[in-house]
Amino acid sequence: MRRLAVAFGVALALSLSVAVGLAQRGDDPNPNAKSGYDFLSPETQALQNDDFANPGMLWVEEGERLWNTRAGTAQVSCASCHGDAKTSMRTVATRYPAWSAAAGRVVSLEQQINLCRTARQKADALPYESEALLALTAYIAHQAKGLPMRVAIDGPAAASFARGKAFFYQRRGQLNLSCANCHEEHVGAHLRGEPISQGQINGFPIYRQLWQTMGSVDRMFAWCNEAVRAEPYPAGSQEYVDLELYERWRGRGLPIETPAVRR
Amino acid sequence: MPNTRIKVPASAKAGEDVEIRAMIMHPMENGFNVDSQGTLIPVEIITDFVCEYDGAEVFRVQLQPGLSANPYFSFYLRATKSGTVAFTWTDQDGTVTKASAPITVA
Amino acid sequence: MNDGNGTGYGTTRRGVLGLGAGLMLVALAPLPAFAGDDDTAEAIRREFGDAPMQEGRITLKLPALAESGNSVPLTVSVDSPMTENDRVRRVAVFANRNPRPLVATMMFGPRSGKPVFNTNMRLSGTQDVIVVAEMADGSRWKTTKRVMVTVGACDSLQMRY
Repeated sequence: MRRLAVAFGVALALSLSVAVGLAQRGDDPNPNAKSGYDFLSPETQALQNDDFANPGMLWVEEGERLWNTRAGTAQVSCASCHGDAKTSMRTVATRYPAWSAAAGRVVSLEQQINLCRTARQKADALPYESEALLALTAYIAHQAKGLPMRVAIDGPAAASFARGKAFFYQRRGQLNLSCANCHEEHVGAHLRGEPISQGQINGFPIYRQLWQTMGSVDRMFAWCNEAVRAEPYPAGSQEYVDLELYERWRGRGLPIETPAVRR
Repeated sequence: MPNTRIKVPASAKAGEDVEIRAMIMHPMENGFNVDSQGTLIPVEIITDFVCEYDGAEVFRVQLQPGLSANPYFSFYLRATKSGTVAFTWTDQDGTVTKASAPITVA
Repeated sequence: MNDGNGTGYGTTRRGVLGLGAGLMLVALAPLPAFAGDDDTAEAIRREFGDAPMQEGRITLKLPALAESGNSVPLTVSVDSPMTENDRVRRVAVFANRNPRPLVATMMFGPRSGKPVFNTNMRLSGTQDVIVVAEMADGSRWKTTKRVMVTVGACDSLQMRY
């Protein structure tokens, strides 16, 4: 009897640690996660689904051109090392932000692109919200379209994850609101005529109707921060990379939709 | 040169109406937006779009700032004979962007 | 066009905040004046003169409620056989409360197929979209459709992020 209890206890401990291990790697999809797509009008959904007319595809196409263009003093293109993006970049967007040994910190996809540009191509880093960086980020993320987000939050990424989670729940700004106040507590309610989504980021970079152009996740965070009258952080700040990591884990299992169309 | 996307069916039967789609990357600044310094951004738009085929025009648009950014049009072409479908966008300052695609007509 | 100018979100605004505590938005751009019915009538007259218009022959497909006035999908379909003598020459799209009522003018050339087109337009708020078609015989036809708009196009970028 006692041996049975011990065996049961061991099995339970094993399966729990496997579950925790899975959670650390974001392998357990969040069953409650809903993409921003679900909060769009049918017309906007149709625009996102239209492979030709989705305006984000203009940037994806531009990204493909840049992928194959030599740059910098090293005069190499992304393709020179990474070959065909359809294979080499297939899962990249599902795994970023990720720990970079070279940088010694968790980096976003935009930052990884710039690490390659500066270190390998010996070219200047591309500024945030520039057409080139948006295009390359969108092109790479687009290769993972349909695959579920699965970021690692354990090991060297754990500290970043903890900071990102704290940011998400921290009230800020003159309106003294946290991300969670709207995107967890009031999902589906209307704010100035617009439904509040869960604030998931599986579609980034997105074509945002409001901006009439493509925008990065950092731009979105800055917009949200200003909306509650909080000082936005600079693009590429560690705060926003941490928050992005937490957000990607929060939405784990949601498929990459890049380029998504949002209001 | 701004990125353009065009969709012309590869083939058609003579007399058939086929859908043509065209889009160009352009902010179509309407004159009501401000930059990060708070300065008004002046109107900057594409003013003309034309699609030509078999020696004549298919469809032409005079654009105003009231159209969305990255202007998109779809319209119908009546197939006559094999040839090139040509697209031309003209900015308010006269800059021209071109694209084209072949169509085979049986 | 976005071309190499990152916005560096936090840095510019720190300087501004240093000047005026609590002043979160710099120099607001003057908001656009919205058109009235007179302005729209004038815009239509400028395009088509004073000749009378009949209702009909045009079908407009627009969402009843547009969640973003920045991009409202429009399909215009004109009832015309498109023969040599019986065809549509041009179509003009108006939005009667936009700051500039004329939105676009479309011309159907000799190689045009059926007179149907799609585009995306900007709407400053809830208003009527008025489409006028001029036929080869000089006759003019008009159709109107109301669109409700939750977030208008022309004043939405006062926030700069």
